[in-house]
Amino acid sequence: MSELPLSATSDAALQAAPVTKARGYWATVGRRILRDKVSMACALVLILIFVSAILAPWLGLEDPYKGSMIRRLRHIGTTGYPLGTDELGRDMLARLIYGGRLSLVVGILPVILAFGIGTSLGLVAGYVGGKLNTAIMRTVDVFYAFPSVLLAIAISGALGAGILNSIVALTIVFVPQITRVAESVTTGVRNMDFVEAARASGAGPFTIMRVHILGNVLGAIFVYATSLISVSMILAAGLSFLGLGTKPPEPEWGLMLNTLRTAIYVNPWVAALPGAMIFAVSICFNLLSDGLRSAMDIRN
Amino acid sequence: MLAYIARRIVYVIPIVISVALVCFLLVHITPGDPLVAVLPADASQELAAQLRAAYGFDRPLPVQFGLWLLRALHGDLGNSIATGRPVLAEVMRAVGNTVTLAIAAAIIGFTMGILLGLIAGYFRETWIDKLATSFAIAGVSVPHYWLGMLLVIIFSVELNWLPAVGAGPGGSGAWAWDWAHLQYLVLPAITTSVIPMGIVTRTVRALTGDILSQDFVEALRAKGLRETGVFRHVIKNAAPTALAVMGLQLGYMLGGSILIETVFSWPGSGFLLNSAIFQRDLPLLQGTILVLALFFVFLNLLVDIAQAAIDPRIKRG
Repeated sequence: MSELPLSATSDAALQAAPVTKARGYWATVGRRILRDKVSMACALVLILIFVSAILAPWLGLEDPYKGSMIRRLRHIGTTGYPLGTDELGRDMLARLIYGGRLSLVVGILPVILAFGIGTSLGLVAGYVGGKLNTAIMRTVDVFYAFPSVLLAIAISGALGAGILNSIVALTIVFVPQITRVAESVTTGVRNMDFVEAARASGAGPFTIMRVHILGNVLGAIFVYATSLISVSMILAAGLSFLGLGTKPPEPEWGLMLNTLRTAIYVNPWVAALPGAMIFAVSICFNLLSDGLRSAMDIRN
Repeated sequence: MLAYIARRIVYVIPIVISVALVCFLLVHITPGDPLVAVLPADASQELAAQLRAAYGFDRPLPVQFGLWLLRALHGDLGNSIATGRPVLAEVMRAVGNTVTLAIAAAIIGFTMGILLGLIAGYFRETWIDKLATSFAIAGVSVPHYWLGMLLVIIFSVELNWLPAVGAGPGGSGAWAWDWAHLQYLVLPAITTSVIPMGIVTRTVRALTGDILSQDFVEALRAKGLRETGVFRHVIKNAAPTALAVMGLQLGYMLGGSILIETVFSWPGSGFLLNSAIFQRDLPLLQGTILVLALFFVFLNLLVDIAQAAIDPRIKRG
């Protein structure tokens, strides 16, 4: 009688065991993040903003470039203009949705580029070591001597205004940060036994880096890179806000915030709308990155 | 300790030289001739050549860098193209205003951050923790220039309590520590404080949680130490890391103030940088960035030394 529950649990454990073992690491991480309500809510908001930005021309919106002197700075809730109009009488709803196209590209592309460049540099520095490591990492240190906002503004200020220059400036800001993380995780993996075994069995450095190291470090670097998207969005819009990014009349959240700044005494809450979009994207990426980080930390 | 300080200072020298090199090269990545801003549109070839020689632009780059560095070491960063005044004097006057802003923001942000972080770390996984953590995440995610606009909308436009822009009735030259001037500092300081507040909260929360889960805390409690005493141990153990993070944040506030200073027309180094960029005043741009970056490097040095002073484990490493 007393043995029955015991054998029942061990039976259940035996049945459950192969299932949990068969599931890979990334499948487990995926299941964990799907169960996280905050992450899923953020993902939903981001998908909504992304999809509406992509589908903007087919959503039946007003022309985001067409202004009108007689309907400038309408308030939120005006019939026909649910989010009001801007200082040139252009529909705010249309401009906010269209604005996502440039804002998201300029905000996210630098992180993607820096992820590629920084991972390669960090991997090589960490794996090869020696003089090459010193050369790469000391160069990285120089960029760490600048606060990132200052570096971004200095580079794009020197290059001049423009979308491409903003992307270049922000990429230069993020490459050193990702390189440092990539180098430190690679050095941690480099001396492990399975790398030694691969080397002993005749694998070349390129194969070892690609097959044995990359798979073990990519996750950590990826999570770090996702946490940079929020900063990148704020900085990219900030450059436009200063007048260093895209040029009028292009709809872009940072630039819209800048041109509407003159209108805060007339219609303050319409002027604040583009910032709310930047904030929404930035906080969602931050929370999603946090969720991903804790989902990947299987030990907890 | 002295040996440690000496070693850290020696490490800083190559960094300082590289920082100067980056600032020097900034002018040379600018598209077009650096003389465009100074030359009149109808300048003759001879005049252009004459000016080129006067500015030293006709010499090879390494020579130009060496000469520029030598002059910079003597405190000569050239003259602003827009105003004709020495760059160093202009920058130092503006930096004073930025330091005022950064210190005010640091007092607000660090106090809030430490308090929220300690509370959140102590009451982990409760609603208090969730509230403090949400506050911190909002702080690091908010576009601060937008928050500045929101504060202006609420407190200047709608309520009319505080001035929206500027640094006091007497302009930038006449700062005083009275309410007539301080009220101009309130909104920019609060705006600047949100990012450090968020980051310090997250750091202190993580540190507090980690320390509280260690065995020695269990031992302290087992021997009958009261919670206030336990807390003292937590603070002692968290201090070095928290201090390092705060030092770095102070540096970011000094160097990254351009957006907030633009929103509030605060006459600091960021505001100066902004006008240097848009007037294509390259010597001023170069000088401002150099001074701000050097501030950052030396602040990092100070933080390292302070950290070593309170944490004896570091000196051995």
